[in-house]
Amino acid sequence: MRLQFVLGEVLSGLRRNTTMVVAVVLVTFVSLTFVGAAALLQAQIGKLKDDWYDLVEVSVFLCPQGSMEPTCAAGEATEKQIDTVRQVIDTELSSEVSKVYFESKQQAFDAFSERYPDGYQGTQLTEEDMQASLRLKLTDAEQFAVVSDVLSGRDGVEIVEDQRAVFEPLFRTLNVATLLAAGLAGVMLLAAVLLITTTIRLSAVSRRKETEIMRLVGASNLFIQLPFLLEGALAAVLGSLLAGGGLWLAVRFMVSDWLERSVDWVAYVSEVDVLRVAPLLVIMAVALAALSSFFTLNRYTRI
Amino acid sequence: MIRFENVSKVYARGARPALDQVSVDVERGEFVFLVGASGSGKSTFLSLVLREQRPTRGRVYVAGRDVANLSGWRVPTLRRQLGVVFQDFRLLQNKTVHENVAFALQVIGKPRHVIRDTVPEVLDMVGLAGKGKRMPTELSGGEQQRAAIARAIVNRPQILLADEPTGNLDPTTSLGIMRLLDRINRTGTTVVMATHDDEIVNEMRRRVVELSDGVVVRDEARGGYGEREAILPEVGASPVLDAPGSGTRAPVQTVRGA
Repeated sequence: MRLQFVLGEVLSGLRRNTTMVVAVVLVTFVSLTFVGAAALLQAQIGKLKDDWYDLVEVSVFLCPQGSMEPTCAAGEATEKQIDTVRQVIDTELSSEVSKVYFESKQQAFDAFSERYPDGYQGTQLTEEDMQASLRLKLTDAEQFAVVSDVLSGRDGVEIVEDQRAVFEPLFRTLNVATLLAAGLAGVMLLAAVLLITTTIRLSAVSRRKETEIMRLVGASNLFIQLPFLLEGALAAVLGSLLAGGGLWLAVRFMVSDWLERSVDWVAYVSEVDVLRVAPLLVIMAVALAALSSFFTLNRYTRI
Repeated sequence: MIRFENVSKVYARGARPALDQVSVDVERGEFVFLVGASGSGKSTFLSLVLREQRPTRGRVYVAGRDVANLSGWRVPTLRRQLGVVFQDFRLLQNKTVHENVAFALQVIGKPRHVIRDTVPEVLDMVGLAGKGKRMPTELSGGEQQRAAIARAIVNRPQILLADEPTGNLDPTTSLGIMRLLDRINRTGTTVVMATHDDEIVNEMRRRVVELSDGVVVRDEARGGYGEREAILPEVGASPVLDAPGSGTRAPVQTVRGA
C-alpha cells in the first residue's frame, strides 16, 4: 500500500512537471558525462604509466672525456669510480633498484649505429664519442627522486637521467584535459543542483494542498518528503544512466573501434573501465539529488 | 484531554501576546465552543493544540502528551489522534470524495483492506452514502464540509478540532453540520470548535470559552454566545462604508494632475 501510494505520487509528480524533469535529466546527463570523461582520462593516464614505466629506466651517465661537470674533473670515469657507484647502488639503494646493468661505450655505439646507420645529422660518430652508463630498473618508477639524490654528485657520475621525463608533456596534456573536463563538470553539476532544487520546489508548491493535508492527518515527515526525494533522484539517476551509456558508446566506437585500430601499440581505456566508472556516476547523481532535496524540502514541506 | 497551563504565545518580540496566561482544561468527551472576536487568539489556541506552533511560555498537554516539548518526529503521532476541520473545507479538488477521505488513511500507511472497509462506513455516518464517487465541485457547501469531517474522523481521533466549520454555510446547512458534530461528540470524541456563529452557540448550550485579546474572559459550562457587540465591535459599531480608502480620492487625483 505504502509503496504503491508513494510510487503513484512520484509518477503524478513527474507527469505534472515533465519539462523540468527533462531538463534535470539532460543537465545531469551532460554534467556526469564530463565527470565520467575526467575519470576515464585519469584511467587512461594510469594505463599508459603502467605500460610505459615498465619499459623505461634510469640512466646514470658516467663521465666521458672532457665533461664540464665538477664531478668529472678527473676526466673519464675510472673502473674504481664505477665500482664505488655500483656498490652504493647495491647497499644504499637495494630496495629501490631491482636490476642494474652496465652499458659500455661499445654497447652504446652499437645501439646508436643500429638506430642511426647513416650517422646522426650527417656526422659519423665513433665509439669514443659515446658515453658509458649504468642502467637501473627501479622497483617503483616513482622512486626516481631518491635514486637521483643518492647518485648525483658522486665522482665519476656526470648526470642521472629519468627516461620518464620523455612522457611528461603527454601526461601534462592529459592532466590538463582532465582538469578541463572536471571544471566543466563542476559548473554543470552546480547547474544540476540548482535545477533539481527548482524542480522539487515547483513540485512541492504544486502539491502544497496535498502536503498540508498530509501534515494535518499525521503523515510522517519521510512519507511526505519521499515522493519529492524520489522524483529528484529518479530524474538524476536517469541522467547518470544516459551519461554512462554515452561514455560507453564513445569508448566503444571512438577508442575500441577506431583509435585502437589506427594506433595499436598503446593500451587504451575500454568498455570495462566505463562499467567501473558508471556506478560512481549513479552514486553521484543520487548524492546530488539528495543534497538538493535536503535543502529544498526542509524549507518547503516542514511539519 | 486538552490542558493549557498559563500558556502565552508571542509572535513577534515586543508585540501584544496572541495568548496571555491562558489556562483551560478540556475533559475527555467534552464539547467546547471557543468564541471571541477575530484576533482574540482562537486560531492560535487551535494551532498550539495541533503543535503547529510552540507556546512562548507555559505548558500544553494534549492526550497526555506535553506538546510544547514534543520533538518534531513525534508530531505525526500526535496528529493521528487529532482531526481538523476548516471553514474552507480544504478538500483536494482533483480527487473524489472517497479518495479524499481515503487519502487521510493512505498517507499514514493504513492497509488497503482497512481503507476499503472504513471509508464507506464513515461516508455513511456523515450522510454522504452513495456520493463517494462525486468530485468536491459537484457537492454543495454543506456536503463538502461533511466530506471534510469524514476525512477528519476516519482515523477515529480522540479529539476533533473545528475552526469555524459553519463559517461558509447558510443557517440551515450549519444546523445539519452541528447535528453531525454533536453525534460525533456523543461517540466519545472530544470536540473543540472555534466559531462566530452566535445562533449555534446559543442553541447548543454547551461549554463556552470566550477569548478576548488573548485572555480567557469567560468559561461557562452551559453558556450562550454572549454580547454580540462586545465580541464583534468593529462589525457592530462601524458601518463598512467608513472603511479606510473611501475618502481618499482627492489626493490621488492631485497626484495624477501634477
